[in-house]
Amino acid sequence: MAASSAALSLPKVFRPVLGLGRSGNPAKVWAAAASCRREKSTFVPPPAKYGGRHTVTLIPGDGIGPELLNHVRELFRFSCVPVDFEVVNVNSSVATEDDIHNAITAIRRNGVALKGNIETNHNMPPSHKSRNNLLRTSLDLFANMMHCQSLPGVQTRHKNIDIIIIRENTEGEYSSLEHESVSGVVESLKIITRYNSLRIADYAFRLAREKGRRRVTAVHKANIMKLADGLFLQCCKEVASGYPDIQFDSMIVDNTTMQLVSKPHQFDVMVMPNLYGNVVSNVCAGLVGGPGLVPGANYGTNYAVFETATRNTGKSIADKNIANPTAMLLASCLMLDHLRLHDYANMIRGAVLTTMNETRLHTADIGGQGTTSEVVQSVMKNIQSGGPLTTEQI
Amino acid sequence: YNSSLTKPPPAKYGGRHTVTLIPGDGIGPELLTHVRELFRFCCVPVDFEIVSIDSKSTSDDDMNNAITAIRRNGVALKGNIETNHNLPPSHISRNNILRTSLDLYANVIHCQTLPGVRTRHRDVDIIIIRENTEGEYSSLEHENVPGVVECLKIITRKKSLRIAEYAFNAARQNGRRRVTAVHKANIMKLGDGLFLQCCKEVAAGYPEITFDSMIVDNTTMQLVSKPQQFDVMVMPNLYGSVISNVCAGLVGGPGLVPGANYGKDYAVFETATRNTGKSIANKNIANPTATLLASCLMLDHLRLHGYASMIRKAILATVSETRLHTADLGGQGTTSEVVQSVMREIESKGPRTSEQI
Repeated sequence: MAASSAALSLPKVFRPVLGLGRSGNPAKVWAAAASCRREKSTFVPPPAKYGGRHTVTLIPGDGIGPELLNHVRELFRFSCVPVDFEVVNVNSSVATEDDIHNAITAIRRNGVALKGNIETNHNMPPSHKSRNNLLRTSLDLFANMMHCQSLPGVQTRHKNIDIIIIRENTEGEYSSLEHESVSGVVESLKIITRYNSLRIADYAFRLAREKGRRRVTAVHKANIMKLADGLFLQCCKEVASGYPDIQFDSMIVDNTTMQLVSKPHQFDVMVMPNLYGNVVSNVCAGLVGGPGLVPGANYGTNYAVFETATRNTGKSIADKNIANPTAMLLASCLMLDHLRLHDYANMIRGAVLTTMNETRLHTADIGGQGTTSEVVQSVMKNIQSGGPLTTEQI
Repeated sequence: YNSSLTKPPPAKYGGRHTVTLIPGDGIGPELLTHVRELFRFCCVPVDFEIVSIDSKSTSDDDMNNAITAIRRNGVALKGNIETNHNLPPSHISRNNILRTSLDLYANVIHCQTLPGVRTRHRDVDIIIIRENTEGEYSSLEHENVPGVVECLKIITRKKSLRIAEYAFNAARQNGRRRVTAVHKANIMKLGDGLFLQCCKEVAAGYPEITFDSMIVDNTTMQLVSKPQQFDVMVMPNLYGSVISNVCAGLVGGPGLVPGANYGKDYAVFETATRNTGKSIANKNIANPTATLLASCLMLDHLRLHGYASMIRKAILATVSETRLHTADLGGQGTTSEVVQSVMREIESKGPRTSEQI
C-alpha cells in the first residue's frame, strides 16, 4: 500500500521505471496492476464518514453546474440522504492555481467529489492548464467510466443501446505537452505508457467481469500510430489473455465511429485512450439522447469524482431554468452507489427514470418545454409517493 | 472543386487522358475493374496506366513506381493499400507515403443523403475538408524510456493557412454560406490553437462566409443528433478521419461516399473512408457506388463534365432502386448487377456506347 501510494505521488514519467524495475520485467508491472486489483476488491468505504454521515466535496464549476448542483443538494436534503457537501469554489478566470489546489486537497480529504465543469478560459496563455485536467491528473483518476443506456421515454433514432465506455483519463493526447521549437511549427506530444495502458485495460476487464459483460473492444489507430496505439493495443491483449471468459477484439477509431452511427448494438464494453474516448463518448451520448442525460464517473485508486459524461459547461443556457438535470442527478446516484448507499441511489434513480417517461416534463434538449425545477419537483414527488421518509410534504 | 485552380493535367495526347490506376487490396481490384469496364462501355477518353503495389513486400520500389506514375500523369484513381501490422513500425503506411510525397494536402469529402437510400437522418449535405499531410499522421514516434511512447502531432502555420485557404475557396466556389473549424484547442492549446488562429485569419478575407468553430467532441455529438446544421467543415488530420467516417455512416455507409485528395499539382481519387474490405473481397457483394462516384469526381477534374454527369446520373438512378441495393445497404444485390444497371441506364439515355447489352 505504501509503495503504491509513493508511486502515485512521484512525477508521471518515473512511474513506469518504478513499475518495471531494473530487469524491465513485464511481470512486475503486471504484479503492480494486480495489487491494485486486490486493493479494489477489498475496497473500504471512503474515510470521511462521521456519525453515519459522509462528507463529499462539491465543486460547482461554471455555467449550469451551480444551479444543477443546488438541485442535487435540495434533493438530497429532501430525501434525507446522509451526505454533507463541502463546497469548494474554483474561479476559472484567475490565473493562480490556488483554488484548484484547495479543491484537490478537499477531495483528498473526503475521497469523493461531485463536480460541475470548470470553464477553460481561452484568452489565457497556454501555460494556464485546463482546471478539469489538472484535477484528473493530480488525483490520478485514471479511469473515466460512462454507461450509455437508452432511457425508456426518450425518443431516439436508435433503441436499446447499452454501451460502457472506459476511457484512459490521465495521459494520451491530454498531456498538455506542447512546444514550438521552430516558429510556425507546433509539436504536440501524445504520451502512451505501458503502465497506464495495462492499468486501464485491467480496469476495463475487471469491470466487464463484475457486470457480466461478454465483450471488450479496444479502440485505437494503430495502423498510423504504430508505436503509441500499438503499445496500448498490446497491453489490452496481454490483459485479455487473463480473462478467457471475456471476448476481446479491437477496432480502428474511424471505423468505430462509423459503426456507432449505423449499428451501435454491436458494442458492449469499449476501452480506449484519452482522445478517442472523448470523441466516442460524445457520439454515444448523442445516440442515447444528448448531453443532458448521461452521467460519468472518474475513478482512481483512492478517489472518485462524479460529473456529467460530456463535461459541458452549458454557458448559453445557464441560469435560465432550462438545463436538463438528469445527467447530474444520475451522477449523484453513481456517487451514492460508490458510498455504498445503494438504497438511496436506487430510490433516486427510479424516481428520475419515472420522471423521464413523462414527455410533458422533457426539457428543451430532448425536444420538450419543461423547466429544470419542474423536473426536480417531479423527482421529489416520485420519491415521496414511493414511501420512504422525506423532510417535508410537497 | 479544384477545377478552376489548376490547368488540365498534362498527360493528354490525341484527346485522350492517361490516368494512373492503383488497384490496392481487398475490394479495390474488383471495383476498379468495373470502373474500367464502365469507361470502356461509355467510350470515355481515358486510358488507365495500372501500377500494382504489393502490400506484403518491404521494399519501396512499388511505391516509388506509383508515385512516379502519378507525377507523370497528374491524376490517379486508387483502391486502399493494406497496412501489414506484422511488419515493424518503421514500415510506414503506403497510403500515407503517397499522400505526403505528392503533398496532397486537401482531402475533400462531400456527404450527401442519396435519394433512395434510407437513413435515420435526412437532408444531410456536408463538405468535409481535412488536412491530409500533417497532424497526428506524421508517423513520428519514439520510445526514449521503455514503456513510455511519445507520439508527435505536428501542426504548422503554413499548412494550416493552406488548408484554410482551400476550404474557404471551395466554400465560395460552391456557394456555401458557412465554414466550421473543428478542433480541440481547449486541451491542445498550442497545436489546435495555431490551427484555429490560421482559420480565423483566412476567414477575415472572406467576409461573405460565416466562420465558426466547434470542439471535436461536441461536433460528433451534434452530428449524430442534428447533422443538418453543418455546411462546410475544416479540420486537422485525425479529427477529419473520425468525422468523415461519422458523416459517411450518417448518409448510408462506406460504400456510398467518394473522396478526393487534392494537391497543387496532383489529384488522387478513392473512396472516402478508405476501407480495404478484405472480408468481402472477390465475393461480388461490395458496393461499387463509392468507387464509381470517385471516378466521376476524377472525370470532373479532367474537365470531362459531360461524361461525369452522365455516369453520375446513371449511378443515382441505380441507387434509387431498392431491389439493387447491396448488402451494406440492407439489400441482396450483387456488384455486377449494380454495374450492369448503371450501364443499362447510360445506354437508355442515348449517347454512343461501345456495345449493346
